[in-house]
Amino acid sequence: MHVGIIFFLVILGSVLFHIFTPWYWTDVASNWGGMDDTITLTFWIGGGVFIAVCLFMVYCVFKFSYKKERKAEYKPEDKKLEKILTWATTLGVAALLAPGLIIWNQYVNVPKNAIEIDVMAWQWGWQYRLPGEDGKLGTTKVVNINDNNPFGINLDDPFGNDDVMIQSDVINLENNRPVKILLRSVDVLHNWYVPQFRAKMDAVPGIVTYYWFEPNKVGEFEVLCAEYCGVGHYAMRGGVEVQDKQEYDNWLQQQETFSDLIAKQKILENEKTKLAKK
Amino acid sequence: MSEDFNDNKTIQAQSSEAISGGGSGIATDADYVRPAEVADQDLYHGHSFITKWIFCQDAKVIGVQYFLLATFTGIIGLILSWLMRLQLGFPGLAPFMTAEHYYQFVTMHGMIMVVYFLTALFLGGFGNYLIPLMVGARDMVFPYLNMVSFWSFFVAVAVLLASFFVPGGPTGSGWTLYPPQAILEGTPGSGWGIMLMCISLILFVAGFTMGGLNYLITVLQARTRGMTLMRMPLTVWGIFTATVLAMLAFPALLVGALMMSLDNVLGTSFFMPTILKAGEVLEYGGGSPILFQHLFWFFGHPEVYIVALPAFGIISDLISVHARKNIFGYRMMVWAIVGIGALSFFVWAHHMYVSGMNPWFGFFFATTTLIIAVPTAMKVYNWILTLWRGNIRLNTVMLWCLGFIVTFVNGGITGIFLGNVSVDVPLSDTYFVIAHFHMVMGIAPLMVIMGAVYHWFPLVAGRFLDEKLGKWHFWLTFLGAYSIYFPMHYLGFIGVPRRYFEMYDSPYVTSAVGMNEFISIAAFIVGAAQFILIYNIIKTLKTGKPAGHNPWQACSLEWLTPTVPPEHGNWGDRLPTVHRWAYDYSVPGAKEDFITQTTPPSEVAHTKVEKT
Repeated sequence: MHVGIIFFLVILGSVLFHIFTPWYWTDVASNWGGMDDTITLTFWIGGGVFIAVCLFMVYCVFKFSYKKERKAEYKPEDKKLEKILTWATTLGVAALLAPGLIIWNQYVNVPKNAIEIDVMAWQWGWQYRLPGEDGKLGTTKVVNINDNNPFGINLDDPFGNDDVMIQSDVINLENNRPVKILLRSVDVLHNWYVPQFRAKMDAVPGIVTYYWFEPNKVGEFEVLCAEYCGVGHYAMRGGVEVQDKQEYDNWLQQQETFSDLIAKQKILENEKTKLAKK
Repeated sequence: MSEDFNDNKTIQAQSSEAISGGGSGIATDADYVRPAEVADQDLYHGHSFITKWIFCQDAKVIGVQYFLLATFTGIIGLILSWLMRLQLGFPGLAPFMTAEHYYQFVTMHGMIMVVYFLTALFLGGFGNYLIPLMVGARDMVFPYLNMVSFWSFFVAVAVLLASFFVPGGPTGSGWTLYPPQAILEGTPGSGWGIMLMCISLILFVAGFTMGGLNYLITVLQARTRGMTLMRMPLTVWGIFTATVLAMLAFPALLVGALMMSLDNVLGTSFFMPTILKAGEVLEYGGGSPILFQHLFWFFGHPEVYIVALPAFGIISDLISVHARKNIFGYRMMVWAIVGIGALSFFVWAHHMYVSGMNPWFGFFFATTTLIIAVPTAMKVYNWILTLWRGNIRLNTVMLWCLGFIVTFVNGGITGIFLGNVSVDVPLSDTYFVIAHFHMVMGIAPLMVIMGAVYHWFPLVAGRFLDEKLGKWHFWLTFLGAYSIYFPMHYLGFIGVPRRYFEMYDSPYVTSAVGMNEFISIAAFIVGAAQFILIYNIIKTLKTGKPAGHNPWQACSLEWLTPTVPPEHGNWGDRLPTVHRWAYDYSVPGAKEDFITQTTPPSEVAHTKVEKT
């Protein structure tokens, strides 16, 4: 008797926990609310199956626990029942898969007006690069990276000169404007993840990976590395500040471009040679 | 009455004919079973202590050896999990818990539990003990190879544990061992540690291949007279199919481990692209880190089913015996096991949706992954339909079965979240994943192992385990483990990433502190509760209630040996002859509520037993 009651309480407790939990997802701050909706749908269908199966089990425990005088039913198969259950399950699974694939289709197809951001990761930090007025990012190579060229931009690539360089782990984004995150890493796997945006993708050394989202809430968010990258993984944080267009443009104006950096370095070098001559 | 008898007779004649490959109407006797095709097996009987108990060739002893060594390794894995939970629940309490140690413990805990505990225990432990007994063989077909298999496993464990004592300690690269970080400084144990891990895995795979060949060929070639494939207990079907998977999947791991060792030692670049480390470009170039992930998960996903399929098989038998009812839909159960096994080779990249592989793969792997949910769900339905109108003994074994159903269904449903590609995006690499796979392939298989221990202990040791201690053990484990992993899913919803040594003061996860403390305390209790079983075993080995022959009134062969516990060679002078499947429980008209597999049809001619 008590066995059935305890199992029933476990099921009831699970449902109540789900309803009253103070631990739940943060408010979505991007266009990926559809992921939340699919999760909710999966909760309804999957949770329904979980409750039904477990309650059926509890019922059996109450109803059919051992009695010496009773004999169990002898029924090796029930083809009709098995067929019904197979098709019902297939239908339920298809109902979950369809919205999942529809959203994935959106996830892999980046809108044309998305602004590209180069997110460069290393053990253990981030920095960012935005295209300049030409709207295109210059190509890069890991071997080019040095103090004078922190992003490893190919010097013969004209698109690179006006790239905006943000040597900080915090990046600003314009509200309601889609961004295509281009991820690269110079050493190991990393993953640029903002829980409120829902989206994520690994940064893989040797290739450039991508994903996109459209921030739709103004505010500050924390960036977490979501792919284990060695002993500093847990401390590899960053930040995002989503701003309205006006403020974002102001911020962008103040950032340094690659040609600014080269010019500055030239001045420095000239001064150095002058000092040496003296 | 006479009509039934006649029906029965024709059916039996037909089935004998079918077995003999459409022969020319040889069988008229209902009890006829096709004669054996191969001669009885000659066995090497050990004479000294060493050949009897250490370098032993008896599959039953080897099974127990596997069981004990896997359990010992599992206890180390358990202690490591305590240390991890200590850090997560109460950071700073233990001064030796540095980030390096934390990641090393995470890695060793994961690898130990998945490979050296669960795989070794289900296949090496239960496989060795049960396969020959359940199919009516005297032993595994290659007893010597079987012995070498165990000792390879022994050396593999020794090498694995040796990595705790080498410079730099064991590898801290996570159980997935992803390069490039696994072999670069910045990950603990990137020199010696990862090297020993790879060597240990290579030894494990080599040893496992020896054992696996044995399980497969024993099932295919050494079944006794009358034991057709479709009369085998589902335990054998589960272990058999899992072994097929292992033989196909482990080579991928072996190749991955070998190539990574070469990258590490010889400086090849299988998995290593151009890398900038501390301002210097390393001498690597052109390799692909994602290639390793494909190799790893081509092994890693079937690995889930290498653990799950034996568990599915065993739980089916336990439920059937203790509900006094045939397993519902036996043929469906067999095909589900085989189908899940086959499908498991087409889903591996669902572990890699956000790995940076071509995202178009997502469509394919999400579809295959959700298809696999259908046969899996059928198995769940058939388990609960076996309980329906059964005569359920609510003993300790059945409690573990019920606990398995709850945890497995829970973990299976969260698998649908993660398999459904776009739902996986927010949840992958969070605590939701940790909760999911611990529920479905940690706790659920553990429930099966425990149920199996309470079920088969009377066979192995000739005595019952103590029921009262068993119930304490069950309730503490089940309720404790459920309260660890059920709430943990919600940490994942918040977005708490896995493999974080410390959360610092992330603004939105401070609410998780209380839950982390609760989970840690529950983990300490559940871990400690496992020692109840060890105490129970030690206590009842000497003083437990003697079990005698077939104490659970089961139908399957392993309970029908002339001596209990079975001796070397299992069957005395004559091999058993099988006349039916392993599930003739509560047959209408039968005197008792079970008909053993060896009972000839003529003895139960008056019952309404169906042809099997």
